[in-house]
Amino acid sequence: MNFFKNKRKVRSLKEFMYIVPFLILVAVFSYYPLYGWVYAFFDYKPPFPLSMDQFVGFKWFVSMFENAIKIKQLIKVLRNTFAISGLSLLFSWFPMIFAVFLNEIKNKPFKKFVQTVTTLPNFISWVLVYSIAYCILNSNGVVNSLLMSTGLIDKPQLFLQSSTHVWFKMWLWLTWKNAGWAAIMYIAAISGIDEQMNEAAKVDGASRMQVIWHITIPSILPTYFVLVMLNLANFLSNGMEQFYVFQNAFNKETIQVLDLYVYNLAMGGGGYSLSTAISIFKSVVSILLLCVTNKVSKLIRGDGFI
Amino acid sequence: MNTNKQRKQKIKTSAGDKLISAITYIVYSLFAFVCVYPFYYIFINTISANNLSERGKVLFWPKEIHFTNYINVLKIPDLFRSLEVSVARTVIGTALTVIIAAFLGFMFTRESLWKRKFWYRFVVATMYFNAGIIPWFITMRNLGLTNNFWAYIFPVAISPFYIVLCKTFVESVPKELQDAAEIDGAGTLKIFFRIMIPVIKPILATIAIFAAVAQWNSFQDTLLLVTDNKLYTLQFTLYQYLNQASSLKALVNSTTSSTSMAASLASAQTATSIRMTVTIVVVTPIILVYPIFQRFFVKGIMIGAVKG
Repeated sequence: MNFFKNKRKVRSLKEFMYIVPFLILVAVFSYYPLYGWVYAFFDYKPPFPLSMDQFVGFKWFVSMFENAIKIKQLIKVLRNTFAISGLSLLFSWFPMIFAVFLNEIKNKPFKKFVQTVTTLPNFISWVLVYSIAYCILNSNGVVNSLLMSTGLIDKPQLFLQSSTHVWFKMWLWLTWKNAGWAAIMYIAAISGIDEQMNEAAKVDGASRMQVIWHITIPSILPTYFVLVMLNLANFLSNGMEQFYVFQNAFNKETIQVLDLYVYNLAMGGGGYSLSTAISIFKSVVSILLLCVTNKVSKLIRGDGFI
Repeated sequence: MNTNKQRKQKIKTSAGDKLISAITYIVYSLFAFVCVYPFYYIFINTISANNLSERGKVLFWPKEIHFTNYINVLKIPDLFRSLEVSVARTVIGTALTVIIAAFLGFMFTRESLWKRKFWYRFVVATMYFNAGIIPWFITMRNLGLTNNFWAYIFPVAISPFYIVLCKTFVESVPKELQDAAEIDGAGTLKIFFRIMIPVIKPILATIAIFAAVAQWNSFQDTLLLVTDNKLYTLQFTLYQYLNQASSLKALVNSTTSSTSMAASLASAQTATSIRMTVTIVVVTPIILVYPIFQRFFVKGIMIGAVKG
């Protein structure tokens, strides 16, 4: 009996040994960086190790709100973040409507074709998106060529090197890249609707719009709601890649979102400690947002999403 | 009278439906066009006479087709090296990510594993937090992973999401399969390699495609961790070509003079031709594997939608 017990224990530890190397990798690359948050409490000067830097407590957190210039800068960055996240939120119904009407198409090959090609941009990198934007929008690109030949403009417009409508343009590129992919979630939800309901509605004389309005959309609203909540929870995190590749001297003021600001501050200006402090601040707000939205979701749907 | 009214209504609604149909087709054709045309436009420009494309004359179909752009671009030493780096990281990174996801996904279903639930949560919890870009960067530097090829591989080798996918899949495999092997005296590793891997191949294929696309597209790690141009990836090199007009000009001159003195205007490299050709080179692998993962990705999403 004892022998068997021991054998089992040996086996369980042996299996544990197999996964130890991977657990170490997780610890090193996912948990250990959290320790880097201490840099926010030091006056970190890059070449020297932390032991040689001065402990400054909450100096960096205070300094975020200390002088007028920094506050102004932070407000500007927050405004960009809010504007771009706000636009995405405002138009978050678009993929849903896209899916609803795509589902109405009876011609299967056409439907499949549209779904395939609109999903493709999701799988290319932001650098490639930027490259495409660059190729079609530069002064000899197709957009300028067509606008010139139709006489709408008389000299080439530099769409990327301009400071106007930057938020809207960023939203457009984001939508170009993601909408088709986001629609798949809804297409899956629509395919889960009981066909009998549609049939019954048609027998009762409902038009297609009525079926959409009274059956399809209410059935997929829960999915929409969850995605909106997730969107809200990520309100401060737009990621930096998109804005990094699209940024230039002309649009810097309106394109710099929080994530990009954190990067620029540290890698451009060497402000590692301040930028860490800002990102900690951001994490705290994000966690709060997540808790709040989860709570709201629990109140409304009776189920959270975490 | 009554039937007449009904018929009228029927005709009316079907006319309305037809109108909606027509609008739907037009709008979705536009969406499809907006998604396809940019790729097509860039492609036809790379195979058209460079002096025409430079002046924006190639809009809907190629003119004076030639393929020298592709030959010339692959002769640029930097570009070829970054192609090698990109391919290497995609192949090695994907292989490692997949095998680790499969192994951990399998191990976390083994009830005999010591403190199984705890370690599973230890790994999966990392999906929900992130130290932030700067602490991560400093950590990587402390670990000596700057200007190091392995910086592309190790940090993404363990992906909790893929592990959850694998675990879910392994759990759906009948337990008897493992039990039978165990009675025959197979050890844990043998069960994994001989029995599990062949059975969970479908999910591994899905993961492999996702991981490969992520590796190929990755840009931020090069930006943060690499300053040595020997380790630049294709994405990063493309980004540089887009932004650094001056170095590109030098490149244009060197490739043009090295190909031949009498390089005709149509095949001489221009900044535009290099940028567009590199774009096509970078995007082609994605478009080639895309039809394969079209089959997989909806499935992937559906599994992912189930709470881990």
